[in-house]
Amino acid sequence: MAVSTGPTKVSTPGRGASTPRPGVLALGRRRREVLAAYAFLAPGFLLFAVVVLYPIARAFQISLYDWSLVPGAASDFLGLHNYGRALNDPVFWRALVNTGFYMAVTVPAQIALGLATAVLLDGRMPARALFRTFYYLPVITSWVVVSLLFRYLFLTDSGLVNWVLHDVTHVTSHNVDWLGERWTALLALGALGVWKGIGWSMVIFLAALQSVPRDLHEAAAVDGAGPWHRFRAVSLPALRPVIAFVTVMLVIGSFNVFISVFLITNGGPLDQTQVLLTYMYRQAFTFLDFGYGSALSFVLTLIVLVLSLVQLRLFRRPEARG
Amino acid sequence: MVVGGIHRTRALLFSRTALLTAGAVLMTVPFAYMLSTSLKPDRLVLEVPPRFLPEHPTTANYTGAWTSNDFGHYFLNSVVVAALTTVVAVSLSAMMAFAFARFRFPGRRLLFGLLLIGLMVPAIMLLIPQFLLAKKLMLLDSLAGLVVFYTGGNLALNTFLLRSFFQDIPFELEEAMIVDGAGPWSRFRRLILPLSRPALATVGIFTFLASWDEFAWALTIINDPGKRTLPIAIALFQGQHATSWGLVFAASVIAVVPVIAIFVAFQRQFVSGITSGALKG
Repeated sequence: MAVSTGPTKVSTPGRGASTPRPGVLALGRRRREVLAAYAFLAPGFLLFAVVVLYPIARAFQISLYDWSLVPGAASDFLGLHNYGRALNDPVFWRALVNTGFYMAVTVPAQIALGLATAVLLDGRMPARALFRTFYYLPVITSWVVVSLLFRYLFLTDSGLVNWVLHDVTHVTSHNVDWLGERWTALLALGALGVWKGIGWSMVIFLAALQSVPRDLHEAAAVDGAGPWHRFRAVSLPALRPVIAFVTVMLVIGSFNVFISVFLITNGGPLDQTQVLLTYMYRQAFTFLDFGYGSALSFVLTLIVLVLSLVQLRLFRRPEARG
Repeated sequence: MVVGGIHRTRALLFSRTALLTAGAVLMTVPFAYMLSTSLKPDRLVLEVPPRFLPEHPTTANYTGAWTSNDFGHYFLNSVVVAALTTVVAVSLSAMMAFAFARFRFPGRRLLFGLLLIGLMVPAIMLLIPQFLLAKKLMLLDSLAGLVVFYTGGNLALNTFLLRSFFQDIPFELEEAMIVDGAGPWSRFRRLILPLSRPALATVGIFTFLASWDEFAWALTIINDPGKRTLPIAIALFQGQHATSWGLVFAASVIAVVPVIAIFVAFQRQFVSGITSGALKG
């Protein structure tokens, strides 16, 4: 559209611009614009193709081989053997269950607490910006730092968590060995995930709440609706697409959990707390089994893809009906 | 009725503030504890009951981390890598975004679709093929290897965000420049870039922080201790000195302070970036 109007615009002389050969110029201009577009694209897209697209294509290929790192040595083609190996690998299944558990703990908690905080912060409020900063602090802090910090907080004999639970409040009868056992370690990892993530969903929910028209709230208030009822009837329906977006992103994020597990338990003790990515990393970069590691990555990518599609469908349906 | 209403509003505000304060305490106590541990001498970092205000505060951990443990050097590595990545990635993605937003050319949809694929595949899935590629390109164990792959990894998201911003700039402004005979490059430099400062700042901040905090790739390709960035230096440091928590947290504070400073200075760009989907959970 813009292109077809281009030539006529150019052939009408602008401020003092002389156009000696209008027709030729129009055609030449069109070609030059296309060339310019490619010139603008070339450096970035070439880098992107080499560093991202090519590895994407390679990821699946590597998973079909018993990959050899020795230069010149041939890698044996295995077909889908690496995938069959995963199906018969108890550690893979445990890692999958652990990842699922992490998702089940962290996603609903981050949504509920992030939404609650956003609702409390919505509207006139003293020190609002300060509160927002406090809740957002864990989000901007690097995973490495907060992982080491939580490892320190969950130490058995001198950790702050056990001190509060045992010495101060007597909730537990002894110091819990949080990181020494599978489910307690996963709970500690989940607590870190929730703590670090609340601020992110809060900021998104807050922005969405502020775009809900005020007069809708006022109208509901005039009709005698209390705060809870107004939230259910006015805010929640407006938030629906945002909740969908946040859920999809958090599910993807929870399946990508890596740094915290790597630094806090490193999958131990005895592979009890492996998640998919720590197990992949161990296979690839400790055992140098790149073929099997790639297969694990690929399985994870597929799971994330399927889960995202299912969620998008689930969230879309009620809207289509309504 | 009216009086009751005011009482109710006050009670509501009070309970809101109380709940938010309780939450804010839970959010910030770990940081306060980290700060206090970083000021404690080694023999007191595991004391029970824990003290939030150290009895004999000392800055020994900070000087120890910065000098004898080379954290000054790692800090510099991180600054160099993050700054180079930011400049190159933002420049390249702004150019791509300009092409996608303002030109029609064969293959436009295909190239943009490929970019979106890059956006959907999580970075860590590509660790193995990228490692093999870096090995072939002789980029292992070098800061250049970090910059090249961080830049490539940030291009898709940055281009996507900048493109939608550029599209909102009225085309009439550009047409006026075209009439005056301005070529694409001068339109880009003199019109698009100056009008997009807020978007460029948002994208730049997120790119900088992503490279500043990146862990998995640096851990995988860097072996030489002289080429460590702060995240891997801190993580490996903790592995070597299992109980030197004071030093670990002094180093952590050194790494986190610039991030918090950037956040406080650019809060508005942060919020607009997050709400447009720039920061993934």
